[in-house]
Amino acid sequence: MTNWQVKLRKTKSFVIGKLVFLNGILSIIVLGLILAFLVYNSLRFFASYPIFEFLTGTKWSPTVMEDFGFVPLFVGSLLITFGAIVIAVPLGIGSAIYIGELAPRWLRETLKPIIEVLATIPSVVIGFIGIKLLAPFIRDLFELSIGLTALTGSIMLAFMSLPTIISISEDAINAVPSKYRHASVALGATKWETTYQIVVPAASSGILAATMLGLGRIVGETMTVLMITGNSPRIVFSWLQPVRTITATIAAEMGETVQGGLHYSALFAVGLILFIITFLINLISDRFISRIRDVE
Amino acid sequence: MKKKYMVQKFFYGLLLFLTIIVVAFVLGIIVYLIVKGAGSLSWEFISQKPRSGMRDGGIFPAIMGTIYLIVGTIIFSMPIGILSAIYLNEYAKKSRLTRMIRMSIVNMAGVPSVVYGLFGLGFFVIFLNFGRSILAGSLTLAFLILPVIITASEEALKSVPDTYRHASLALGATRWQTIIKVVLPQALPGIITGSVIGIGRAAGETAPIIFTVAAFSQPNLPNSIFSQVMALPYHLYVLATQLTDAPEDMQWGTALVLLLIVMIFAGAGTAVRARARIRKLNG
Repeated sequence: MTNWQVKLRKTKSFVIGKLVFLNGILSIIVLGLILAFLVYNSLRFFASYPIFEFLTGTKWSPTVMEDFGFVPLFVGSLLITFGAIVIAVPLGIGSAIYIGELAPRWLRETLKPIIEVLATIPSVVIGFIGIKLLAPFIRDLFELSIGLTALTGSIMLAFMSLPTIISISEDAINAVPSKYRHASVALGATKWETTYQIVVPAASSGILAATMLGLGRIVGETMTVLMITGNSPRIVFSWLQPVRTITATIAAEMGETVQGGLHYSALFAVGLILFIITFLINLISDRFISRIRDVE
Repeated sequence: MKKKYMVQKFFYGLLLFLTIIVVAFVLGIIVYLIVKGAGSLSWEFISQKPRSGMRDGGIFPAIMGTIYLIVGTIIFSMPIGILSAIYLNEYAKKSRLTRMIRMSIVNMAGVPSVVYGLFGLGFFVIFLNFGRSILAGSLTLAFLILPVIITASEEALKSVPDTYRHASLALGATRWQTIIKVVLPQALPGIITGSVIGIGRAAGETAPIIFTVAAFSQPNLPNSIFSQVMALPYHLYVLATQLTDAPEDMQWGTALVLLLIVMIFAGAGTAVRARARIRKLNG
């Protein structure tokens, strides 16, 4: 190899190294950019609208009154999220235990892909099904005038979070060493006693992480809630009334606002809070997940 | 003793019941969509423009728009995602920076899709002045699925045994030659599987495209990457909630076509994985 060939080779590997590095840190850059744009536009909003009034305001009426109170959106999201978690947790953990611990191998191999399919159904299709099937059912069941309620949203969101909850809980259950099970059975415990007294507690931090991640999906879900929760930004404390979530507010209103206006930047402020909430949820669930890895 | 087994039987039954609810929900949705939507699937519906304010005709522009967005998303997300995974698996050392990158990927995956929409609007549409366009929409979707592609690619790279790398380096190949000619071809099936599944997800996303590309009605096909397009997910949203008298069968048909496109991606991804697994077993 001549001298300049060596040099060329060195330059080339230097350039490639830098290029690969740049792509490596891209996720940090993107996350930073997302945060920067949310903060930048929010600051423009808070420059003319007091942050305290935004956070404690009980009225969201952006076009008529220029009231940007966050509380109704927050309560709406809280109501739907709470409902969804109450439905999703028993269903998710129950099926994860069944699929991971009790089902015969062939059944497990059939059930897992079916539940994975649920994760691929677009949320707008879930919302559509909610409008066509669930909403009329809820309306007739509770004799309401309209079936688009917080409950309708909670039910659909619960199912949407199930693939996450089930697959991660099942991983955690599978990760429990089989010597624990053998030891328990050898001491005379039944298979069920082994499952709920040994396996489930051993997998509990994974199951908790799975629930947290499912929670993150529920809080961030947009189209389904936009379509089936009735879109009413009032503070209500009933699952049988229409509500409006944080996500749905952004999706519903951003299309119609004037770019750069107060309403426009207000929606970025709403987005910023949503970003912070989901960021915290992720941070916590990541802690739990790394704890499972440490156990393994 | 007997009571113990009664308890066991009861709980097995209960857990099975919960599982059946979940499975029935999934199968129910799919079967119902097929039953309700199959009737309106015709060549006309797929190949024609919408007519009379989208209350008649077909959904051809929405299908094409979705395909444009998928292609754009692939072009932007695959190279970046694969290079990023190469950095993490082949170059990165155990350091604080690497930990930070991993944290960012986890958090990027958890950012709600509507926030990606906001970001796409603020950054691509307005700041970079792309306008509402295929370009802005594809880039937004590409960023949305980047974590999926990075994670899948990294798993695939990790599964390539180190002996391959050592052999190649021992023969005098450079690090980059080793990656391109030895490691990457081995990891490709895994990379494609993960990416295809991620891209299928992007094809069904609605919130990120509402403010970055999707047109309410745009019967003509786009003439540049700066054009707005119709897209299936947004079209379904419009038919279901924005139009008051959209024919039922058009709505079900659109939902079914969207589901089929997404399922084709998921199926293709699974097929590539299955083929790679068989080849590995045989070879």
